[in-house]
Amino acid sequence: MKGLLKIKNLHASIDGKEILKGIDLEVNAGEIHAIMGPNGAGKSTLSAVLTGRECFEVTEGEVWFEGKNLLELPAEDRAREGIFLSFQYPVEIPGVSTVNFLKTAVNEQRKYRGLPPYPASEFLKMIREKMELVSIDSRLLNRSLNEGFSGGEKKKNEIFQMAVLEPKLAILDETDSGLDIDALRIVASGVNKLKRPDNSTIVITHYQRLLDYIVPDVVHVLYDGRIVKTAGKELVAELEKHGYDWIKEEVNSAK
Amino acid sequence: MERLEKINNDFATLFREGQQLLREDCGDVMNRCREEAFGRFMALGGVPYKTEDYLYADTLPVFDRDYKVVLKHIKQGVDLNELFKCHVPNLETDLLLTINGWFVRENVVPEMPEGVIICSLAEASVKYKEIFEQHYNQYTHPADTDGLVALNTAFAQDGVFVYVPDNVVMERPLQVVNLMRANADLMSFQRNMVILGRNAKATILVCDHTLSDDAFLSNNATEIVVGENSAFEYYHVQNQHIEASQINSVFVSQKRDSRYDANVISLYGGFIRNNLFAALTEEGCECNLYGMYLSDKKQQVDNFTFIDHIAPRCTSNQHFKGVLDDAALANFAGRIVVRPDAQKTEAYQANNNLLLTDTAQVNTKPQLVIDADDVKCSHGATVGQIDEEAMFYLRTRGIGEAEARLMMMFGFAHEIVGRVKLEPLRAEIDDLVDKRLRGELTKCHNCVMHCKK
Repeated sequence: MKGLLKIKNLHASIDGKEILKGIDLEVNAGEIHAIMGPNGAGKSTLSAVLTGRECFEVTEGEVWFEGKNLLELPAEDRAREGIFLSFQYPVEIPGVSTVNFLKTAVNEQRKYRGLPPYPASEFLKMIREKMELVSIDSRLLNRSLNEGFSGGEKKKNEIFQMAVLEPKLAILDETDSGLDIDALRIVASGVNKLKRPDNSTIVITHYQRLLDYIVPDVVHVLYDGRIVKTAGKELVAELEKHGYDWIKEEVNSAK
Repeated sequence: MERLEKINNDFATLFREGQQLLREDCGDVMNRCREEAFGRFMALGGVPYKTEDYLYADTLPVFDRDYKVVLKHIKQGVDLNELFKCHVPNLETDLLLTINGWFVRENVVPEMPEGVIICSLAEASVKYKEIFEQHYNQYTHPADTDGLVALNTAFAQDGVFVYVPDNVVMERPLQVVNLMRANADLMSFQRNMVILGRNAKATILVCDHTLSDDAFLSNNATEIVVGENSAFEYYHVQNQHIEASQINSVFVSQKRDSRYDANVISLYGGFIRNNLFAALTEEGCECNLYGMYLSDKKQQVDNFTFIDHIAPRCTSNQHFKGVLDDAALANFAGRIVVRPDAQKTEAYQANNNLLLTDTAQVNTKPQLVIDADDVKCSHGATVGQIDEEAMFYLRTRGIGEAEARLMMMFGFAHEIVGRVKLEPLRAEIDDLVDKRLRGELTKCHNCVMHCKK
C-alpha cells in the first residue's frame, strides 16, 4: 500500500526561527501513528504546517498527500482532500450555530468533490447518529460553536466533527489535554469507532494516557524539530517510565 | 458656510410660504408647536453640522439637494398593498402603510380590542384631542438642542397614531411599512405616536422601504409612552437604497415597572441617523436598546442614544454592533445620565464594531453622567477585525475564506438579531442579514418595483 502521507525533510520556521528541522515521516492508510515529545519539540507546529496555517513558513522539504503536493494547497483544500485537525484549543465562534457550521462544512467539502449538497432531510439524521458516537448532548447543536462549552465538550465536539467529516487523515493535537478520565474514554472510544482500513490517525501527545485507549501502530519521538526515535507501541511505556531525558541525552551525545 | 446658510434659508422660505398648507388638516396642538419649533431650529443654527452631537455625521451633502416637499396628502393612484409586499413568513401582523410620511388613507385598520385607536396622526390630532394634547411634543425635550427634531415638529403633518388603553394586550404585532415613492427627489417629515396605558402590551414592527430610485430624505420622529406595568416591543428594519437618507428620532417615556425593548436593524441606506431617547421616569423600569448596522460603499450609520435614569431601581441595557465594509462610516454616541435620585440604577452599554477594510471608519463615544452613588454602570467599545484564529479553524473544516468570513460576520450580527423575541421575525431578519452580507440585498428583495439603485 502506498503511503497516504509522505513528509520529506520538512523544515519550517516562524518569525525567522526554525522550529521543524528536517522531519521525515510516512503514514500508510489504516495506521495509527503517535507523535510524542517534550514541550517545545515542535509537535503542534507540525500539525499546523500540515493543515496549512500561514504564519509558518516552510523553508525546505516536501509533503505529499495521496500523491498531491500538500504544501501548494490552501488550508480549506487540504481539509477537502481529507485532512482533519482536532485542535488543542478549539476556537469559539459566537453567533454561528454548530449545526449550521457543520452543514456548511459538509457541503463545501462535497462541492469540492463534485457532489451535490447533503440531502437536507437526511442531514439531521446523520448528525444525530454521529453525536451518539461521542455522547454529545444534542442541545449543543443549536448553541454557538464551542461558545461556553466546557473543556470536555469542546474536545468531544472536535471528534464529533471528525465523525461527520470522515477524513482520510485525522491529526489529533493534544486531544487529551484538559480531559478528565471519563471524557478521555469517550473521546478515545469515538476515535476507535471511526477507525477504518482506509483512514489514518496521527495522535500528537505529551503523555501516555490517551495511548492506553488509542493504541498506536507506530510511535515517534519528536525532539528539537526532528523525529529522533521511531518504534512500536512498546516505546510509549518506556517513555512514561523514564521520561524524555534519556532521549535528549542520546540525541545530544550523538551530535 | 454658504451652503448651510442657503439650506436654512430655504427652510425658512418653505416654512413661511407653506404655513397654510401645513396647518390645514392638523389639530391646534400640532400647529401651536410649529412656530416655536421653527424658531428654535433657526436659533440653533439650522441643520446641525459639525456640532457636538453631529460631529461625525456628514449632514451637509444629505441636506444639500433640491428636494421637493409635499405639504398635502396626495391620494395614491395605485393599490400599494398590491405593489408592495413586506411579508414575514409565519408571522401574522396587522399591516399599516405610510407613503412619503403620510398615513395611507386606504389602510384597512384591523379590528382591535375595545378602546384601541389606530389612525392617522392628523386625524388623531382633531378627533382624539384630549389624549393627543396630553402627549404631543411632550417627550422631545431631551432633544431641544437638536435642530432636526425641531424641524420635524415644525413641518410634521401626519404619520401613525396608536393608542392602547389600560389592561389591553394587543396579541398580534402591528407592522408599519414606511414607503418612499416619488418621481423627484423628496423630503418628508413623519411624526408618530404610540401611547400605552397601564398593564398594556403591544409590539410594533417598522419597516422602511423605497419604491423608486429618487433621493429621499425622511426626517421622522416618534413619541412613545409606556404606561405603568406595560410592555412595549419596538422593532425597526431600515432597508432603503443608497440615495436615501433618514433621521429617525424615537422618544420613549417609561412609567413605573414598565418594559421597553427596542431593536433597530440598519440594513441599507445612504445616511441613517438614529436618535434613540429613553426617559425612565418612575421606579422599576427596564429599557433594552439593541442596534445593528451593516454598511458598505460610502454609507453612513449614526446611532445616538440617550438613556435618562430619572427614578431609582431602573435597569437599562444597550448593545450596538456593526459590520463596516468598503469606505463605510459608523458613529455611536451613547449617553447615560443617572440623576441624583436614581439610586440602585443599573445601566450597561456596549458597542462592538467589525472593520473589514482599512478605509472603513468608526467613531464610538460613551458618555456617562452619574450623579448618584449607589449604581452599577458599565460601558465598553471595541473595534476589531475578523478573528484570524477563527478563520483558520473554519478553513480547516473545508470552509473557504469568503464563506468563513460571511459566517463570522453573520455570527457577529446574530448576537443582536438573537434579541428579537418574535421567532418568525428573528428568522426573517437573520435571512435578510445573510442576504445583505452576501450582497444580494442592494434593494428590497421582495419588492416588485425594480428601482435602478
